[in-house]
Amino acid sequence: MKLPPYAELLKLTVESHEDGAAPILAMPFESDVLGRPGFLHGGAIGGLLEMAAIVALHDALGNDDARVKPVNVTIDFMRGGREKTTRAQGIVTRLGTRVANVEAVAWQDDRDRPIAGARMNYLIARS
Amino acid sequence: MAGGPTATSDFDPARFFAARSDGHGRRLGIEYHDHGADWAELALPYKPDQIGDPERGVIASGPILTLMDMATSISAWLKRGMFAPQATLDLRIDYLRPATPHRTVIGRGECYRVTRSIAFVRGQAHDGDPDDPLAHVAGTFMLLDMPA
Repeated sequence: MKLPPYAELLKLTVESHEDGAAPILAMPFESDVLGRPGFLHGGAIGGLLEMAAIVALHDALGNDDARVKPVNVTIDFMRGGREKTTRAQGIVTRLGTRVANVEAVAWQDDRDRPIAGARMNYLIARS
Repeated sequence: MAGGPTATSDFDPARFFAARSDGHGRRLGIEYHDHGADWAELALPYKPDQIGDPERGVIASGPILTLMDMATSISAWLKRGMFAPQATLDLRIDYLRPATPHRTVIGRGECYRVTRSIAFVRGQAHDGDPDDPLAHVAGTFMLLDMPA
């Protein structure tokens, strides 16, 4: 999928990924994603998580040209995001005909020490 | 309740916004709108670089998430009557409908309870009619200046 203008605002890039797993998105540190001094803005981390989830969902849908609409998101912030590159990856936990359940995790140096995680429900609309 | 600083609060969100020079909220164009003793309203004017659905010109959910994180965060400072470090523990948003293209989104955050270490917040976002909200939010902040 082509990333939308909002992903460009966050300066997101798509990194290579293992077969079968969703693409990893990388968000460089810039003053444009800063929150309180020294820390990433929670909204930018949330935006990254949502984009990683949407990319994972489009990846799972493949050639199916369905539209996806976000119904809700719940984000847990586990550690402060520091002034460095942040990565995120989504995983589709269930892909139904009308609803998809997607999770996403964001980390910096160590994938096993996530800075935030999200759970999302998407409505799948087919015209 | 009318806006403007209250007698009980030393924290003035309008001055807080005027003083900032960079950061994610400024990059998105988020502005001060109004506030009371335990609530704040911020504005997110429509900009093409917020778009998540290019076909329809609808902004992404991320900018709304940032707007609500900031509005609820400020409501906690207002209720506490001071600016102090706090970290978002969790934030849940229901996206009730897409934002209408070209309209400014108003995000209202309210802090309805503060304990020794946690601020509980909720809020809604609309794009002109408060009775036709586009998002609903609930969340908690960890107060970093207080012992757990």
